[in-house]
Amino acid sequence: MTDITVEVPSVLASTLEGQRSLQVPLPEDGTVGSILDALGERYPLFARRVRDERGQVRRYVNIFVGPDNIRRLQGLDSTVSEGQDVLIMQSVAGG
Amino acid sequence: MDNDQRTIMAIGTKKGLWLAESTDRENWNLTGPHFANLEVPSVAIDTREGRTRILAGVNDWHWGPTVVYSDDEGATWSEPEQGAIKFPADTDTALARIWHLRPDTAERPGVVWAGCEPISVFKSTDSGENFELNRGLWDHPHRSEWGAGFGGAAVHSIVPNAADENVIHAAMSTGGVYRSTDGGTSWEPRNHGIKADFFPEPFPEFGQCVHHITADAEDPDRLYAQNHGGVYRTDDAGDQWNSIADGLPADFGFVFLSHPRTGGTVWTIPLKAAEERNPVGGRLSVYHSTNAGDTWSEQHAGLPDADWNAVLRDAAAVDEHPETVGVYFGTRGGEVFASNDEGAHFVTVAQRLPDVLSVRAAQVNGAGQ
Repeated sequence: MTDITVEVPSVLASTLEGQRSLQVPLPEDGTVGSILDALGERYPLFARRVRDERGQVRRYVNIFVGPDNIRRLQGLDSTVSEGQDVLIMQSVAGG
Repeated sequence: MDNDQRTIMAIGTKKGLWLAESTDRENWNLTGPHFANLEVPSVAIDTREGRTRILAGVNDWHWGPTVVYSDDEGATWSEPEQGAIKFPADTDTALARIWHLRPDTAERPGVVWAGCEPISVFKSTDSGENFELNRGLWDHPHRSEWGAGFGGAAVHSIVPNAADENVIHAAMSTGGVYRSTDGGTSWEPRNHGIKADFFPEPFPEFGQCVHHITADAEDPDRLYAQNHGGVYRTDDAGDQWNSIADGLPADFGFVFLSHPRTGGTVWTIPLKAAEERNPVGGRLSVYHSTNAGDTWSEQHAGLPDADWNAVLRDAAAVDEHPETVGVYFGTRGGEVFASNDEGAHFVTVAQRLPDVLSVRAAQVNGAGQ
């Protein structure tokens, strides 16, 4: 099974046992949604920070596959290929 | 310093939570911020069950809203991994903001209520660690007709009846006051007499923009309402509301406080009409009544003569001091004031904080952290 890398900002590290970079198995369907589902089973607080209770990515959270924001791809159905990283970041928002 | 009788204050702001501590409620030690840069629209201090639990509704603009609690006066904070408040999957709804946290009476330890956005009531029976959606209000047939006030669409006041646990009042903006007499299974609007001057028909069954409600200390059927234009009292649990605005410099505002033990003793902080929403003439004052709002007297000692900042609904509180009740409030200008003599004079606790959104204070025992 191929592993891919998921990177998160420092503010989320505490929800992932201190990790900012994780190697996770690429799921069968290869989607970002399935990657987050698998991570969320192990780290429910992380899941809640990134997605609301409907499963939607929070408004001011951005998820990139390689250089592309999944909002400009197929959202949580966006697929990740071997060798691509998933990057989770907070958006530029606030004042 | 006598550490056996301390008062702690929780101050939620637009950008963080501060805590203050005092042994005389005159001199305060301020610490913070906790949750820097995060909005804290609701706080509660629950001293039931022999401990001091501080609850805070924290809103992280990036990572979502949550309820956290501390049993060591802010040294550490906890939250359940799955989240204390979340909407059930079948509602297809996400929690937006926790507007109000309300521990129930001492006779109902463990019960904590939360008023939330979108318009909803949640109840916890484990001291605020896990909450359950009140389905009666969520499924109410009026839901599609409720609206949003300027700050959002939320339940902001929950008043459990001290004598009968089946009776609960909740108020929302906009929608008005609703009452349940069966423990929250069903709810009926109770707004007769409360004006909604933003509708063609100014006295609708529901739809009012009630800003806050609270119960009288001694008569569980007597409640008070600070409305978006109007100050009211009901003596029959909401069946009929009557104006008690005479004697106030303005009938707009967000705050209404009642004494924890003495019936008829209440406070409000009037603001000039909806168009301005600041202290009348810039004179920030508390108005006090000892006859359930029939007459009012101004309390201004220690407060600034020129202050143009509003006081929001949850940004004011009383404590339960056994001799003289403390009165507390914070402004949108980031100043926090405290009175240890029921409003006769105030001291400044904090200045230049971010907008104050929520204030609670309670007497606690022990040396603290």
